Amino acid sequence: MSALLEIRNLSATFATRRGIVSALSNIDLSLAPGEILALVGESGAGKSLASSCINGLLPRNCRISEGEVLLEGQRIDNLSNKQMEKIRGAQIGTIFQDPLTSLNPLYTVCQQITRTLRAHRYISDADAQKRALELLEEVGIPGAAQRLHAYPHEFSGGMRQRVVIAMALALRPKLIIADEPTTALDVSIQAQILELLRRLSKDHGASVILVTHDMGVVAETADRVAVLYAGRIAETGPVADVLLRPAHPYTQGLLGSIPSMERKLARLPQIPGSMPGLTAIPQGCAFNPRCPRTADVCRQVRPEAHLAGARRVFCHFAEELAS
Amino acid sequence: MLRYTLRRVLQAIFVMLSVGFISFSMFTFVGDPILHMIGTEGTAADREALRNALGLNDPLIVQYVSFLGKMLTGDFGISYRLSMPVSDLIVERLPATLELAACAIALSIIIGIPLGIFTAIRRKSWVSQGILMGSLVGVSLPTFVIGMFLILIFSVNLGWLPAFGRGETAMVGNWSTGFLTTSGLRSLILPSIMLAFFQTTLIIRLVRAEMLEVLEQEYIRFARARGLSDRVIWFGEALKNTLVPVMTIVGLQMGSVIAFSIITETVFQWPGLGLLFIQAVENADIPVLATYLVLVSAFFVGLNLLVDLLYYLVDPRLRGGQGAPK
Repeated sequence: MSALLEIRNLSATFATRRGIVSALSNIDLSLAPGEILALVGESGAGKSLASSCINGLLPRNCRISEGEVLLEGQRIDNLSNKQMEKIRGAQIGTIFQDPLTSLNPLYTVCQQITRTLRAHRYISDADAQKRALELLEEVGIPGAAQRLHAYPHEFSGGMRQRVVIAMALALRPKLIIADEPTTALDVSIQAQILELLRRLSKDHGASVILVTHDMGVVAETADRVAVLYAGRIAETGPVADVLLRPAHPYTQGLLGSIPSMERKLARLPQIPGSMPGLTAIPQGCAFNPRCPRTADVCRQVRPEAHLAGARRVFCHFAEELAS
Repeated sequence: MLRYTLRRVLQAIFVMLSVGFISFSMFTFVGDPILHMIGTEGTAADREALRNALGLNDPLIVQYVSFLGKMLTGDFGISYRLSMPVSDLIVERLPATLELAACAIALSIIIGIPLGIFTAIRRKSWVSQGILMGSLVGVSLPTFVIGMFLILIFSVNLGWLPAFGRGETAMVGNWSTGFLTTSGLRSLILPSIMLAFFQTTLIIRLVRAEMLEVLEQEYIRFARARGLSDRVIWFGEALKNTLVPVMTIVGLQMGSVIAFSIITETVFQWPGLGLLFIQAVENADIPVLATYLVLVSAFFVGLNLLVDLLYYLVDPRLRGGQGAPK
């Protein structure tokens, strides 16, 4: 099966007042049709930025400096804004974190959905409205027919995120980027939204890139996971492998610091130090100053990918740690 | 809706009562009106008789109420200077000012909003930078200087447009209009430009700032993520959000356009309320001053009220939850 999305050796930089700063460095990822890939990491690790590289909505001072992004074998990273407009929404649907601010307050839900449909195809008013209603029903808005002409502020947070999902998926994109889709929601609503996302991606045969910092969300939803640290991939592989038998010291530390019902500890273990800023990424392995296994080689040579089972681990001691 | 409107109307009434009180107290505290009328030659008995006849010996509150009553029935007293009912003077002068203000406001909106949008969506172009520079001049240069330049260039040097006055006017009922004659229209051009200048630059900067802020909003990013084109995003998604706050400011500025017109009317000898006011100040013509004060405040308060109600129509969030089950 050929990949739906392929990211090859992608690097991105920020132009700041203190010069060019590397934000993403040599990212390789691929996504099979129907697959759900989670990008995890701390804030600032570059997971949202990586997803912005795919849909082309980079911040103004950021650009892709190296590498390519391929959607169904076609390069999309070098397209003009006009060409990307045709792809965004139609082939790549994006869901943002905060449903409160994702919707335009002055237009009804119906107006915003039909506007999305009209951006990509010729469709009559009546058909567009009918389709909007179907979409709202599909994402499980109760009484969708009555609420079609309601304004965003008349919906609760969870319902608004359903509306956002309906809009992002209005044109049946093959790729869905969900950028922290549940972070702004109540815990009780989170599971419902994730379940909805999973069901829709299955129904439509769409792949999902799920950006999150929540390991629980990863375990529940994703098929594969890529752990990002300081703009680089630390470890990627099937969720079960990475979460149950983490091979990279950073993943191990990350998972070790999650509270658990089984392990009763007086004090949660934590990784010493904090993630370096983009201007201060150390030489060699980016994680070396905080790593318990650090050796001379880590301070000098940036680790290559080491295969450990179905995983790729960017650590000099991957084989040893994985076994 | 009803409660919202009612509250706004009550506030407006309160403001008008306060203004009425201030303009009323002008009569009592700014010199003795009896002296103005009889002069210094009259005897004390004469003055006392007139004082009684005019009700000036009644308690203050009674005087205030009767003052308000008269105002409401359109009786604004008699001008000291012209010995004419102030209401007649107002009816004669008001059309000139209102027509000038209307032209200036229309001009500033028609020019200001498109230029504001342009400078926001083409931020880096030379044209935008030029417009912003020009608007800086408009904000900082006193308007009378602009008026004098206009007269110098278009009236004195080129001789295209009249330098003062309203030209010929036509009467439509009680309303003398300059819109129906060519000389009336030609006379409107220069004063309108002068009066609109400051407002236009204000609107350009306001629209630009609002638009830039709206374009940074998350819902605009989400609109881009859905593949909406720039054009749809600017004029479909962003414009309405931009214009809500702009509407408020422009509405309130309309009041100050009428107030600002004092300067324009002086420069162009425009026979409107502003000129009447200036002449009244020179002669301490209290009834005219008091009436002008009340009238301008009434404009301000009325526009304020109108803007509040418009806000309500435009922004669904103010309308509360009633839109949900339709």
